[in-house]
Amino acid sequence: MTALDPRVPSGPLETRWTRHRDELALMGPTRRRFHSVLVIGAGLAGASAAATLSELGYRVRCLVFHDSPRRAHSVAAQGGINAAKNYQNDGDSVGRLFHETLEGGDFRSRESSVYRLAELSARIIDHAVAQGVPFAREYGGHLASRSFGGTLVSRTFYARGQTGQQLLLGAYGALAKEEAAGGVTVLPRREMLDLIVVDGRARGVIARDLVTGALETHLADAVVLATGGYANAYYLSTNAKASNATAIWRAHRRGAAFANPGFVQFHPTCLPAAGEHQAKTTLMSESLRNDGRLWVPARMGDTRRPQDIPEAERDYFLERRYPRFGNLVPRDLGSRACKAMLEDGRGVGPGEKAVYLDLTEAAGRLGMDVLRERYGNLFELYRHITGDDPLRGAMRIAPAAHYTMGGLWVDYDLMSNLPGLFVIGEANFSDHGANRLGASALMQGLADGYFILPYTLAGYLAGAPLVAVDADGPEARGALAQVGARLERLLAIGGRRTAGDFHRALGGLLWNHCGLERSREGLEKAIDEVAALREAFWKDLALPGGATELNQELERADRVADFLELGELMCRDALAREESCGCHFRMEHQTSDGEALRDDARFAHVAAWMPGEQGRGPERLIEPLHFASLALHERSYK
Amino acid sequence: MNVTLRIWRQRNPREAGGFLRYTLGDVRPEMTLLEVLDRLNEELAAAGEPPVAFDSDCREGICGACGIVVDGRPHGPLPGTTTCLLPMRAFRDDATITLEPFRTGAFPLVRDLVVDRRALDRVMQAGGYISVRAGSAPEANTIPVGRESTERALDAAECIGCGACVAACPNGSASLFVGAKLTHLGLLPQGQPERARRGRSMVAAADGEGFGGCSLHGECEAVCPKGIGLGVIARMNRDHLHAALGGQNP
Repeated sequence: MTALDPRVPSGPLETRWTRHRDELALMGPTRRRFHSVLVIGAGLAGASAAATLSELGYRVRCLVFHDSPRRAHSVAAQGGINAAKNYQNDGDSVGRLFHETLEGGDFRSRESSVYRLAELSARIIDHAVAQGVPFAREYGGHLASRSFGGTLVSRTFYARGQTGQQLLLGAYGALAKEEAAGGVTVLPRREMLDLIVVDGRARGVIARDLVTGALETHLADAVVLATGGYANAYYLSTNAKASNATAIWRAHRRGAAFANPGFVQFHPTCLPAAGEHQAKTTLMSESLRNDGRLWVPARMGDTRRPQDIPEAERDYFLERRYPRFGNLVPRDLGSRACKAMLEDGRGVGPGEKAVYLDLTEAAGRLGMDVLRERYGNLFELYRHITGDDPLRGAMRIAPAAHYTMGGLWVDYDLMSNLPGLFVIGEANFSDHGANRLGASALMQGLADGYFILPYTLAGYLAGAPLVAVDADGPEARGALAQVGARLERLLAIGGRRTAGDFHRALGGLLWNHCGLERSREGLEKAIDEVAALREAFWKDLALPGGATELNQELERADRVADFLELGELMCRDALAREESCGCHFRMEHQTSDGEALRDDARFAHVAAWMPGEQGRGPERLIEPLHFASLALHERSYK
Repeated sequence: MNVTLRIWRQRNPREAGGFLRYTLGDVRPEMTLLEVLDRLNEELAAAGEPPVAFDSDCREGICGACGIVVDGRPHGPLPGTTTCLLPMRAFRDDATITLEPFRTGAFPLVRDLVVDRRALDRVMQAGGYISVRAGSAPEANTIPVGRESTERALDAAECIGCGACVAACPNGSASLFVGAKLTHLGLLPQGQPERARRGRSMVAAADGEGFGGCSLHGECEAVCPKGIGLGVIARMNRDHLHAALGGQNP
């Protein structure tokens, strides 16, 4: 097996980042304006990176497919952001956040990167507060915090149930400030459709102006992808409707390794799916597990209203299974426990597809006013969507696809194996291993954008031999022609099935075979069926309109075509990993009490897939993982 | 339920537009209006017809991308609800529902129900932020911030930038939008140094973008999906007046 080199600095874990930062080459302040950087996406990672690079003096162009950079899906993150502040005096520290993140990820993440993330966490809060992010406060005016799954301390900072929105508005404000100063140009309604590689280095992208349909060539000295995750491969997910894998998938087709594509997080507390018509599933923040208790009726077929079922006839299954962590187990364990209850025939609500999340005990203990202050907008959201009162009886929740730990492989400097291509936020395979802890996505996106990339990108630019490129060069022209031809091909199919229809079919296959539980038999079947579906797509797609106008159906079809390729790779990755770890639960590999059974001897590595060429299948490279600071052990939340 | 959607169709700003009617059966009351539009669009696409263009993304009422004038009211009949969360149970069976884009001078039409709201971003560029460089922030608990003012700042900061307030205003004013940002930042100690300048330049930018003045009709408050009230406009006026009179910070 060929190994990828993450280029991790040597020396003690605690000082690696500081030392590396001191050793990275700097770019002189008067030289920075001669360097251009393309940032694709303006969520937490993209907006923070674009703004910070502009503050430093680089010329930045930022492409977003929304009408405004403030719409990116980071806006929907609800519960909070972790930081090792230890304001609660409860034993928190950088070391403990590091340890919990590494363990939460079931020892499938890169130790050095996780440590750096924990180390930078506190500065993110400092910066966000300075930007005017209105985090919740104690009466004395100091920052309040709450607990999240997989931790025994209270280190999650929050702004009601809309922390992501407030942090994104902070980063969006920074971006607006830099746009006004002339350092950043934001181009809205632009979608990246290809990566331009010159002399083995990423030097630009082909983008489509979604309003006019014009294909544009954007060149730069480096390209930063901050385009989010691919949970929408499942069709129903908590992601926004337009969230997609196209930017990272097209970069992968150009040679960027795709790491751990099968690592997908299913969030236990989402609103249950209601029917064919449903556009997406909606998350109910994990923070509700601070005060809410998950339960199902103790006996099957109990159809009484939740408030009519007495305590003794309820099964608080997480508290029973995990007495130490109770309702605050990590998401992978929570989701699988929910699924087990549903398979046991003890699901509740229409179609028996849900479990209860009950706040009655907390309402009695804390009072309604406190609950409303903590979760008010979540209750509103629940009421809007279900038409029910979340505080009467109990809320009904179920697991759904939520976040992808997999993504483009990056080294310690957040650079992919293609020099000049940096990948940040959820788009990279990141620091979360096989399972991300709650409130860590915002932390990672902002650490990447504000505090890591600005240093590492300078180090790259200072040492890279960058030749002059122009839009008329063969690489740019070739990419432009390929993108145009693909769109024409999609429009010429003239079939009968819509992109949405194909997307739902793909989602069903992935949910059934590459979801909460996977097996060899199911995955092999799914690989064949996804390939067949892809073939059908290219023969029978119905797609009206043209390429030179606003055509949302064309945008959708083009993204679904990529999901149909990525979906197969997700299954291949899940099939090749013959162990269970975190979110990746292979039925063949479990302990006697049904927990994930890792195989550290064979699989303590990151799997990074290279695109197949000329009929060859994709190639699986690895990055071996070493754990110097912490002995590998079985996760225990019992 | 059965519904008839009467939808504004316009291919681009240069061609004339008009209403087209679409009748749909088997609509379930728990579907959202946008899910009904999704279904209509799939039927149109399968039939080779151009689907109805509309903006929406999160479908959770937080990204601010969606915004349709439903029966004459931005975001439709339910108070405190974005278009994406509007359930069909808000309509009666056999209803005819009229869908139009946000119509206001500062939001040029793009196609069908899609408009260009980039003017709001440009108003934000005029000062809707606290100027702080990454790396220069003090430790977060150095400056205590009162719980009460934080809560009020967050009430204003909840603005999702959808532009419904502008669409509802007879003057096409963005005062609720500008006031919300000035209130959010003006209530926090970190926002004080730039407060006067911020008020002056955001109001000037809104004027420059062609948003109208405020004459306190209150239509904006009535349609704001986040319940932002006219109080933020009073704050905007106070800050702006003070700045205009040469005061540093009110």
